[in-house]
Amino acid sequence: MFAIELENVTRVYQKYSARHRFQTFKSALVKGDLFRSLKADELVMAVDGISLQAEKGMTFGVIGENGSGKSTLLKLVAGIAKPTSGWVRVEGKISALIELGAGFHPEITGRENVFINGIMLGLSKKEISRKFDEIVRFAELENFIDAPVKTYSSGMYMRLGFSVAINVNPDVLLIDEVLAVGDAAFVPKCLDRIDDFRRRKKTILFVSHDLATVEKICDKVAWMKGGRIQMLGEPKRVVDAYLQDIAAMQEEDYQKRKIEVDLEQKWEDERREKRWGKREVEIRKVTLKNLRGEEKHVFTPDEGMVIEIDAVAHEPVKDFVFGIGIFNSQGISCYGTNTSLEDYEPVALQGEGKAMCRIEKLNLVNGTYYLDVAVHKRDGYPYDYHRNLYSFLVSSTLKDVGIARLPHTWTFSPTIQIKPPDK
Amino acid sequence: MARLIKNLQELYRYRVLVQNLVSRELKARYRGTVLGFLWSFFNPLLLMIIYTIVFGFILPNRSSEFGNSPWLYALFLFSGVLPWVWFSSSSIESANVLMIHGNLIKKILFPAEVLPVVTVTSNLVHFSFGLPILLLFVLIFGKPFTLYVLLLPVVVLVQYIFALSFSFLLSALTVHFRDIKDILSNLLTFWFFSTPIVYPYSFVQKYKLIKTLVDLNPMTHIIEGYHYCLFYGQLFHWKKLGITLIISLALFYIGYAVFDRLRDSFPEEV
Repeated sequence: MFAIELENVTRVYQKYSARHRFQTFKSALVKGDLFRSLKADELVMAVDGISLQAEKGMTFGVIGENGSGKSTLLKLVAGIAKPTSGWVRVEGKISALIELGAGFHPEITGRENVFINGIMLGLSKKEISRKFDEIVRFAELENFIDAPVKTYSSGMYMRLGFSVAINVNPDVLLIDEVLAVGDAAFVPKCLDRIDDFRRRKKTILFVSHDLATVEKICDKVAWMKGGRIQMLGEPKRVVDAYLQDIAAMQEEDYQKRKIEVDLEQKWEDERREKRWGKREVEIRKVTLKNLRGEEKHVFTPDEGMVIEIDAVAHEPVKDFVFGIGIFNSQGISCYGTNTSLEDYEPVALQGEGKAMCRIEKLNLVNGTYYLDVAVHKRDGYPYDYHRNLYSFLVSSTLKDVGIARLPHTWTFSPTIQIKPPDK
Repeated sequence: MARLIKNLQELYRYRVLVQNLVSRELKARYRGTVLGFLWSFFNPLLLMIIYTIVFGFILPNRSSEFGNSPWLYALFLFSGVLPWVWFSSSSIESANVLMIHGNLIKKILFPAEVLPVVTVTSNLVHFSFGLPILLLFVLIFGKPFTLYVLLLPVVVLVQYIFALSFSFLLSALTVHFRDIKDILSNLLTFWFFSTPIVYPYSFVQKYKLIKTLVDLNPMTHIIEGYHYCLFYGQLFHWKKLGITLIISLALFYIGYAVFDRLRDSFPEEV
């Protein structure tokens, strides 16, 4: 038995052109047909022929970039938007956490808002009275419930909204990215509540950008791209595929930008503060590759990296040092080294040459990193110094923090019961 | 038609919601004011004082119906202005109501038709707050109550249906044509003077063209209903009011149909 069923659902939106936005009563009257002239000439397929089924008791995740149609899908399931074609069937009572506290009136008290919001969401007055204390306790607003809602902070507002909506006790719960605004204490509480729902075999449709949570709580995940389902299946697999797609896109984006930069060599002036030295030895080119020798921009922490430095000596030199430095986006040096520090003895450099630094495993946390590359004398006199001219990205599902991922393993004594991650 | 009936049943199911939203509307309106609910009494009172000064003393109306008494004229005026304010403010608010509550329509599964109903109903409540004051003045100025005052609910009902149908039409169309808000305020001024509120109905008898216009105006017969119940103390023209009721019902059907037709476009347009 399916709790949510979509059959070839399409939803088309009008793309607003300036002409349409300023269309007035007058022009519609002039054209004659009030209704036909409301149609815009440009249409956007927000959801494009989607079919899916979610069985009862299933937690169904939906991921995808902004604008991929996730929220529209949710609104279609909630019945807020009607499909342009195809049909949607939902079994049981729905509660949609699309915008928390959407119906709150700022001038009246939290107490009155709980009642009205509850009624809007389909509860009876009696049911709300019964659940009222529970709602307030969950929202942690015991002391503020009789104050007007306009005096609430956005967190309080959201907590009360969540608390009312979750207490509607629906058969199908729709969640759209609402947990993003909660604080560190409230989000786990919400997740607990969601877990509780799952245990009671209620159906949940969960739209989120928080891939780790999606992976953790969902039984099945759909990845949406451009209004269509790109992939549907087991959470880990889908999330990984999605991440790979993002990485590939970032890579492509980077390549495009790099070409643009190469074409704009005249911008030398602007580059000057990022590059200095008399260039007796000049760094011609710096390339980042993975260990298989493919040029890359986005790496996982487990991957290795090769920094290739193409240099040319315009005059023979005997004193030279190759160095690299890796900085994170806050400008903190994550790692730096050079040939002199590692006791390489320079002998002679003449004409073209290639220096390669091979990093077996990056072991960095998520983020953007900038690279310094330099050739200089042992006393520090620079031939050619490139300051943060190159960048790369580290992307992974693990949300560990800090600067570097120190190689580590966890072990536990048998008294500690803990489930390892599914790999 | 079957769909309309089904939807009306649906609407009836939302009565608790309507009731709560109306009381919220009323609570929210005067929250933060010193006088609070008393404003519902003071507003019509002040309005009546202004009208009495302007039309009773500065621009005196010499119609024989008022026996040259500015007080009687003020009473006549008040018995028309009060229901008119109900009609005009619910119309103006309806033109905005879907946009103001856009969040409800966009973000939760909310029956949009509740909103015009709430607007008209909460203005009805304001109207009924002013009513005791009106009745009090009827007594003070020596117009005796007749049994016909008991027919007042009939007139109120006709106006309610008429105002509601107009609200449905306005609220739905304004979503697509924001110009209506500007047109409306001017239209209502024109409409106000096309209704026998500042002048007695007998006044237009002399001008054939104007009489036709005034006769075609449903609000004329509704306001005349109030005049007959309260001011003249006689039975209203039940035929005219009956026709107005039929027209109101027809308009209700049209207004609701337009609303229903445009309903699906609300979430993206408001």
